[in-house]
Amino acid sequence: MQEHDMSWVRTEMALAQPAPAGVTGFSAWVRKNLIASTGDTILTIIGFALVAMILPQIINWAFINAVWTGPNRTVCATVAQGGIQPDGWSGACWAFVNAKFGQIMFGTYPVEERWRPILVGILLVVLMVPMLMPSVPRKGLNALLLIVGLPIVSFFLLVGGAFGLEHVETARWGGLLVTLSLSFVAIVVSLPLGIVLALGRRSKMPIVKMLCVIFIEAVRGIPLITVLFMASVMLPLFLPPGVTFDKYLRALIGVSLFAAAYMAEVVRGGLQAIPKGQYEGADSLGLGYWQKMYFIVMPQALKLVIPGIVNTFIGMFKDTSLVTIISMFDLLGIVKQNFSDANWATAQTAKSGLIFAAFVFWLFCFGMSRYSMYTERRLDTGHKR
Amino acid sequence: MPFVNGRRRVGCDAGFRVWAGMGAAFTREKIRVCLKNREKGLWVMKHIAISILGAATLGLMASAASATTLDTVKAKGFIQCGVSTGLAGFSAPDDKGDWQGIDADFCRAVAAAVFGDGTKVKFTPLSAKERFTALQSGEVDILSRNTTWTINRDTALGLNFVGTTYYDGQGFMINAKKLPGVNSALQLSGAAVCVQSGTTTELNLADYFKANKMEYNPVVFEKLEEVNAAYDAGRCDVYTTDQSGLYGIRLTLGAPADHVVLPEIISKEPLGPAVRQGDDQWYHIVKWTYFALLDAEELGITKANVDEMKNSASPEIKRVLGQEADTKIGTDLGVSNDWVVNIVKATGNYGEMFDRNVGSGSPLKIARGINALWTKGGLQYAPPIR
Repeated sequence: MQEHDMSWVRTEMALAQPAPAGVTGFSAWVRKNLIASTGDTILTIIGFALVAMILPQIINWAFINAVWTGPNRTVCATVAQGGIQPDGWSGACWAFVNAKFGQIMFGTYPVEERWRPILVGILLVVLMVPMLMPSVPRKGLNALLLIVGLPIVSFFLLVGGAFGLEHVETARWGGLLVTLSLSFVAIVVSLPLGIVLALGRRSKMPIVKMLCVIFIEAVRGIPLITVLFMASVMLPLFLPPGVTFDKYLRALIGVSLFAAAYMAEVVRGGLQAIPKGQYEGADSLGLGYWQKMYFIVMPQALKLVIPGIVNTFIGMFKDTSLVTIISMFDLLGIVKQNFSDANWATAQTAKSGLIFAAFVFWLFCFGMSRYSMYTERRLDTGHKR
Repeated sequence: MPFVNGRRRVGCDAGFRVWAGMGAAFTREKIRVCLKNREKGLWVMKHIAISILGAATLGLMASAASATTLDTVKAKGFIQCGVSTGLAGFSAPDDKGDWQGIDADFCRAVAAAVFGDGTKVKFTPLSAKERFTALQSGEVDILSRNTTWTINRDTALGLNFVGTTYYDGQGFMINAKKLPGVNSALQLSGAAVCVQSGTTTELNLADYFKANKMEYNPVVFEKLEEVNAAYDAGRCDVYTTDQSGLYGIRLTLGAPADHVVLPEIISKEPLGPAVRQGDDQWYHIVKWTYFALLDAEELGITKANVDEMKNSASPEIKRVLGQEADTKIGTDLGVSNDWVVNIVKATGNYGEMFDRNVGSGSPLKIARGINALWTKGGLQYAPPIR
């Protein structure tokens, strides 16, 4: 019998070696991502050249040369333009944003009453932050306060006319106050209404189904501008003279219903993605319709369409700018309106104002988008395809 | 039972029976009752929805008295004034958010005439599309919004223009460094002209050059911002739009001092406040407020000297300021007899208003030109107050 020589057999596992120097660290990252091929190298050089060309100018314009405070246009204009800056100067006119900051936040809300929108803002943050943090308990109470309590309190605080508060008509609201209040109400109204409409559209009851389809398709077939314009310009002509609806309320209803129709279609997409087995499973357990929807279908469907829902929210947040068409001034509207102030008319004013407005919009939209990604990851149950 | 509608409705079918453990005990009779209740539920729901809608509608409607405009205005205690959504020098918000400009000040003058207090005005910014409906529907009492007076608006739209607070018209602006020696639009033959497309401005431009047998190269853009940028970048020699707008645009250019607004005006744009038709008293109050502003300037009555002027030796000044014995000028109009004093105290005379908002006292620095008084070669002329 042949005897085996076992000496070549290892008796212990080889220790893991650190990766070779060539594939780790900064130099490897550069080699892999920036100069992997000739094409990559060329693109990298072009990219860096562009950044090197543009970035210093942007920083120079937005920070180094920028004017932060000042009483009027002279601080943002060169000597030739009738100002105090040296000729050839170009920098952001943040002094304009600074001088108009109160208006950009609150519109023409009376200065001595501005603590009211500020208080509402604080309440919103105080209720919103724990709502968004999954670890904080008492979500039900929190949601109730945020969705029902806050709008009621805000209504009395902002509109006034009760509890000794001076009445402030909505025509004087503006800026971020309008943008946030419109989109908050639109979001709070559109999600439940959208769910109901989506369920209605998939309902087996013909009349309910027909009404939901008609509403959704009619609203989706009309541009938001038309809805706002009809509500603002045509409606007063049909009402008896002297009878008017509040313009802000008209916009609020218009935007909310509009958002609800879009939301309904997003939710319907989620409902359709749920396999038939889930519905039948719920039926066979003897669950009623609402129980089936509440416990089985909706949690899965809504989780699936989080990106779509947040997409609609973000779109809606930005769509509120369209209320400018009916002379209500949201954040963007009030910034643009102030370009007409001759005391601040310079070559830099419009750029600075628009960049500031864009930055504020970006802050909110980016926040919403990041939070939705976080929620998606949190609710992920491994069904990702 | 919670979920009355949902539970009952589902309760009518077999799934519910199994779940509730009732099985065959669920008789035909019970199903009938169940279905009936379901209908009842729907009916209740429907009526709740209708009543909520109805209540909301009623609650939000503000009923207005069908009295004269003056009575309504006096009852509510302020004048609702429709202004533009922002036009430099005419109506634009200042740092505090208060509306400033000729159009805004005109409403203050009317408020001063009616209430003796120029601050009793509320401003409604209106887009070009909304402005006429806002006036027709009673949303505003005066439309003071750089609106051109035309026959169509005076007749078909049911407005009454009270006068021309600013004679505007299409003008030209040139870069004096690029076109040295040009001081008249008639020297612009062969020039490249920046103009916004699809506007009457574009048509007026074509007419003017054709009528004067001159050539030009139109540089056309759709958006105003593009026109401004193109002109500032030197893509054209001439910029044409309403003259008052040219001065506002000039402020946003890189080197405003190099640019000159030429004297020619090639179209008529008389801008003035308007009121609704059918209320002559209100029409007269607004119209005579405008005339009072002009007469005050003509007689040298200013914000600073109005109190001294009350004791003036001139019978005309005393009459205008309501200092004549037994004067009924103001009360006949429907306001107090010292209405002109109140107007001048609130906003100054027309000349002061012009200087402060668009003229030498403002960044716009628009020359009086045809907006000077008739005594100084302009078009502003007011009938006498007597």
